Amino acid sequence: MKRITYNSPDKYKAVSDAILKETGTISVLFAGVGGQGILLATGIMARACLFEGFDVKVSEVHGMAQRGGSVVGSIRFGEKVFSPTIDFADFIIALEESEPLRYVDNLKKDSVLIYNTYRIYPTTVYGGSCNYPGNIREMLLKFTSDVFPVDAYKIARQQGKSKAMNVVLLGFFSNFLPISTDSWENAIKDIVSPTILEINLNAFKAGRNLINNF
Amino acid sequence: MEKDVVILTGNEAIALGAHEAGVGFASAYPGTPSTEILENIARSGNIYCQWSTNEKVALEVASGASLAGRRAIVAMKHVGLNVASDPFMTLAYTGVNGGLVIISADDPGMHSSQNEQDNRYYAKMAKVPLLEPSDSQECKDFIVKAFEISEEYDTPVLLRTTTRISHSGSVVKKSKARNQETARTYSKDSMKYVMIPAFARNRHKILLEKFEKLKEFSDKTDINKIVNLKDKKSFCKIGIISSGACFQYASEAFKDYPILKLGMTNPLPFGLIEDFVSDKSLIIVVEELEPFLEEQIRASFLNCKVIGKSFLPGYGELNVEILKSLNKFIASENILEFIHEHTLKDLENKIKKFKEKNSYISGNKEKNDIKDSVKKTIPPRPPVLCAGCTHRPVFHILKKLKVMVMGDIGCYTLSVLPPLDSLDSCLCMGAGVGQALGIEKANDNYKNKVVSVIGDSTFFHSGITSLIDNVFNRGTGLVIILDNRVTAMTGHQTNPGIGSTLMGEDTHMILPEEIVKAVGVKNIRIVDPYDVDLLERTIKEELNRKELSVIICRQECALINQKQILREFYIDESVCKKCGMCIRIGCPAIGYENDKYFINQAICTSCGVCSQICPWDSIKANEENNL
Repeated sequence: MKRITYNSPDKYKAVSDAILKETGTISVLFAGVGGQGILLATGIMARACLFEGFDVKVSEVHGMAQRGGSVVGSIRFGEKVFSPTIDFADFIIALEESEPLRYVDNLKKDSVLIYNTYRIYPTTVYGGSCNYPGNIREMLLKFTSDVFPVDAYKIARQQGKSKAMNVVLLGFFSNFLPISTDSWENAIKDIVSPTILEINLNAFKAGRNLINNF
Repeated sequence: MEKDVVILTGNEAIALGAHEAGVGFASAYPGTPSTEILENIARSGNIYCQWSTNEKVALEVASGASLAGRRAIVAMKHVGLNVASDPFMTLAYTGVNGGLVIISADDPGMHSSQNEQDNRYYAKMAKVPLLEPSDSQECKDFIVKAFEISEEYDTPVLLRTTTRISHSGSVVKKSKARNQETARTYSKDSMKYVMIPAFARNRHKILLEKFEKLKEFSDKTDINKIVNLKDKKSFCKIGIISSGACFQYASEAFKDYPILKLGMTNPLPFGLIEDFVSDKSLIIVVEELEPFLEEQIRASFLNCKVIGKSFLPGYGELNVEILKSLNKFIASENILEFIHEHTLKDLENKIKKFKEKNSYISGNKEKNDIKDSVKKTIPPRPPVLCAGCTHRPVFHILKKLKVMVMGDIGCYTLSVLPPLDSLDSCLCMGAGVGQALGIEKANDNYKNKVVSVIGDSTFFHSGITSLIDNVFNRGTGLVIILDNRVTAMTGHQTNPGIGSTLMGEDTHMILPEEIVKAVGVKNIRIVDPYDVDLLERTIKEELNRKELSVIICRQECALINQKQILREFYIDESVCKKCGMCIRIGCPAIGYENDKYFINQAICTSCGVCSQICPWDSIKANEENNL
């Protein structure tokens, strides 16, 4: 069943309301490359969920995977969460363009997929043994119709910090979630260091406003 | 929202638990997924803590602190307990003075380990109580409980987490901390603490008596309990038994069955289990890796029909989907009726057939042509040695010289992957130095053709004894110590070679060359690995020498060496012959696009290694002092 109906005023938030009603738990998978700030993104979102009164669990992997490899983290929230890990994701948020392709096994027919169009070429592509895939959007559309490419790099640059791509994507994603702007902002204030707080708050807002482009 | 409610990872919660339990001493050797426990204890600032040379020493030091009357905690990864197993086994005999809790962070699925051994068996072998928390709240609460058990029953306690507990965040409610100053007094008791045979025989008997009392405790403690009872009177023919992270998966997959949740898994609460299984027709034991619970339950309750490893894989991590398919199997095949008229063996045959039809249960994903074709387009993104890594030139040269390379555990283990393809072996911490000697002794053809590599922290951890073995037994090989001045792999912890402690105090800097010299190695060379030509000459010279030699490659890890970049490297296209040599050192800062090689300035650290390796001198530096 397709959840986005594009006619209600709260059409994007309606997606997560429907999932919560149906399964009680929302599962989000964050994908990216070591160094892109997945831990920060999941950390902010987990606090926002907590401030909103949800039970929440986060899962992350440290160690060997951090050395420039693919990195994945997950968040689940709802009234009561059991497993911290995800088999099938309601949302996949990818911080790099090709990374969502790696997690097609975690997709369902009605998963919502948000991905950054920013590319980081792996050494296997630089080394010439592999090609970077083309037609990423077309490939993703084979699995779900709710695919949202976002140019988070451009927005983050406009805010003065290209590293803030993770927060731009969080801002865009926030349109889909039953979490108030206050909770998001408090979570960002809680985690981000004061020196870069304003840039991150602005990056979040700019990301949130991107929804008007769709 | 309450102020004292926070989201913590299991490791952070264990650190908070240590604080709340009034722990006065903490020690560890870093190892994923356990490392952050000590880092978080150190951050709180009010508990003495230290990185030890290895896990065995960490446990010995902590047992000293316990003897002196302090509550002490020791953390290590699962394979670390192998190293610490010697003091661990006998500590069960001596018992403790101040409470002593050992954390074993197991790694099912081997996210960052060389094996996935199930350390619950250590608790059983030593007859030591074992606790398994299933989320961060329990990590904190069980630490407090573990210290109570340790002091009440005069025994070390093993608390076992897994990666999904250590590195998952969940909601934790803080409590009031116990006063650290309540240290117990020590009084000499040689019959308890001096394990000569005459005294140890008696302590073994005492251990067995203690274990009987712990069985009674396990039956009455509230951390073993039945959950998921819709209402007390409801009666269900199927029951689940689980512990740790698996309890969470089971809770999600089996919503309709009662679950016996075991927080204490050694000794098992046999009375409670008997009550639970007595009115059930079928018991499902949900656990990762080994059938630790299942075997004991089967052995104790012979009439009980149990599904466990006959359905669930004995390797890797469990997940909710596998358990849902088990749930589906029970419902669709009318298993409850089936087992009334058939034996357990018949049921296992039925499971076997079901699994053959549904191969995904064994970890193989369902075949899906569209997904498979998409997955083929994704370029692999393996972890790599960082841009500017000081290990890269060493392995580039070793590959060129076509020698056998005996390695061990550290960032440099990544040199096994293409394009460096270097390592011949990685067994355990420190293994390479001993293995190289064995190879040389077993086959003359390998003389002067085998090299062992070991990191600085690993050398202190377990390389020194095997180096002595090389000297003692007239080895003639070459040992390369990759001294990047830090314990890098686990996230830059200090070690005996650094000159500062976990608590930030200055201390004596032990240089590996001083140890190497002291044990009798005559040929010691210290080289900066960024000087590629010198490094290559040195390795060749020492490789051909008919005596044991040690080369210390000393250069600070590129991730902490944030010196000001004074030169910027670029590839001069007019000189570049496009031979691809620079790409074959596997540096993430070197790229190839549109038939051109280039250097990615954003991540290049200006180490200059590639410029020395290029046979055409096409990689040049802009000296830009104004950068």
